[in-house]
Formats: sequence, structure tokens, C-alpha cells
Amino acid sequence: MDLESSRHGPYHLITVNAPRIDAAQAIAFKDGMRAMTAEGDDHVVLDLGQVQFIDSSGLGAIVAALKMTGPGRRLDLACLTPDVAKVFRLTRMNSIFVIHASLEDAISRQAG
Amino acid sequence: MTRRARHRAGEPGGARKTPRLERKLFHVLATEQGVRAGLADMRDFLGDAGFDADACGTAEIVLAEALNNIAEHAFAATEAGVVRVTLTPGHHSLTAQIVDTGTALPELCPPSGQLPPLRGTKRSLPEGGFGWFLIRTLTECLCYTRHADENHLCLHISFFAPGTDAARSDR
Repeated sequence: MDLESSRHGPYHLITVNAPRIDAAQAIAFKDGMRAMTAEGDDHVVLDLGQVQFIDSSGLGAIVAALKMTGPGRRLDLACLTPDVAKVFRLTRMNSIFVIHASLEDAISRQAG
Repeated sequence: MTRRARHRAGEPGGARKTPRLERKLFHVLATEQGVRAGLADMRDFLGDAGFDADACGTAEIVLAEALNNIAEHAFAATEAGVVRVTLTPGHHSLTAQIVDTGTALPELCPPSGQLPPLRGTKRSLPEGGFGWFLIRTLTECLCYTRHADENHLCLHISFFAPGTDAARSDR
């Protein structure tokens, strides 16, 4: 899966360059996230702006990515598209993650 | 069918807000990639049928979970079969009849689909168990039967939440 990593001060931005995180992609997503977040203790912001759809496997993979970051380290989400936001809302996972409407929002709130 | 094509077919203007009521049968290979391809075809059909993006998203979530369950469980021990999905659009609803030749659901009963508890520490968060919860939450009516070595799952999705103005005016 095409995950793009960039550093913005104290933030580690990971952008998912894919239209779906589904059953066919969940393991590749988890493996990619594990590799990218294995080192460091910086705040991770996962940019889902290009992801148009997730199923329950994709949701589980995003939860797994959160758990990989370990206690005390943040993994926030940004730029949820409507169908993705719906899955988070229905499963109440929107109460577990900090979700930002935009990348600017994610970084300015964390800085503040 | 495109909007222009519908217009040629003699439908009145604004047809995209009034779903066409023709049903369509899809054959979906019960693999991860097969499900993905089938969902793309079904979403195109629903968009062409006039459902808005929100309704299409709801339908795709339900269909994805139902088809993933079949690919992962019904054909877990055998070669992947072909699932027959018949979509029947209604004015503010969609009925999906899903038939597969895989193994039966345990105890011939669809799971109750309780949302896994989200309490506790980060480490204890659930990574699965959302599929049937999503199906049951987004469907108004769900019926499963086992007949002639086939699983028949019928899902009815209503696109207005009970109690909304739109739902009331529809009665």
C-alpha cells in the first residue's frame, strides 16, 4: 500500500495514497504503518483525505495502527471523507480517535 | 446509465432524484479482489439508478460487509464460489438478495452484531467484530435462509432514518 511519510516539526504525517482501506488492503496497511511508526515517539497524523471507503477490516487495521503506537503516543486522524466518517461514527470509533477536519487544523491544534 | 441516457429513455427531468426501479443481477467472485470489483460495479449501478452519494455509501458499507463475510467464512475451506447479488432499488430504499453456495452460517442464524465494547486501555480496543454490527445498524430488515445447499441473505436498506421529516412525509 502506498503510504507517504513526512515530518512537520514534531508531527509525523502519514498520507494514505489509496482510495480504499478494505479487506484486500488491511494487512498491507497494517504492515506499512508498523514499519513507519516503529521508531520515535512523535505525534502521528494519519491523512485519510484520499481514502473514499473503508470496511470493517480497514477500520480494524486503523485501530491496530493506533495500538501499535503504544501508550502515551498519539495517532490522530485527518480529512475523513463522508463514507469513512460514517463508519467511524456508526461504530463510535470517533470517540476513540482525535479527528481533524484538515491537516492545518491537525497541526495548529497540536501546536496550541 | 447516464443522466443523458435516462433522458433519452423518456424519463422526466430530475430523474436522478427518483431512483429507477429496475433490478440488476451481479455475479461476484468470493475473493477479496472479487468483492472489491463487484462493489465498484454495484456502486456505479446505484449512482446511475439515482441514489445520492450518502445512500450509495450506506449501501456499499452493507454490501461490503455481507460479501466480505461470505468470502472469508462461507468459502474459507473451499475454492471461492460466485455470489449472486440482486439489487432492487426502491424509491427510498434498496433490497439486496445475496445467494452463495458456501457453508451455512453457524446455527443457521446471522450473528446478533453487538458493538464490541470500547472501554479500557488503548491496547484492549477491538480490531474486529464490527461487520454484523454495521449490517444490522444500516438495514431495516434482514432475513437469512438456507435452502438447497445455498445461503440466501436478504437485506432491506431504508435511506431515511425513522422519525425524520423525510420519512414522515413518505408515509
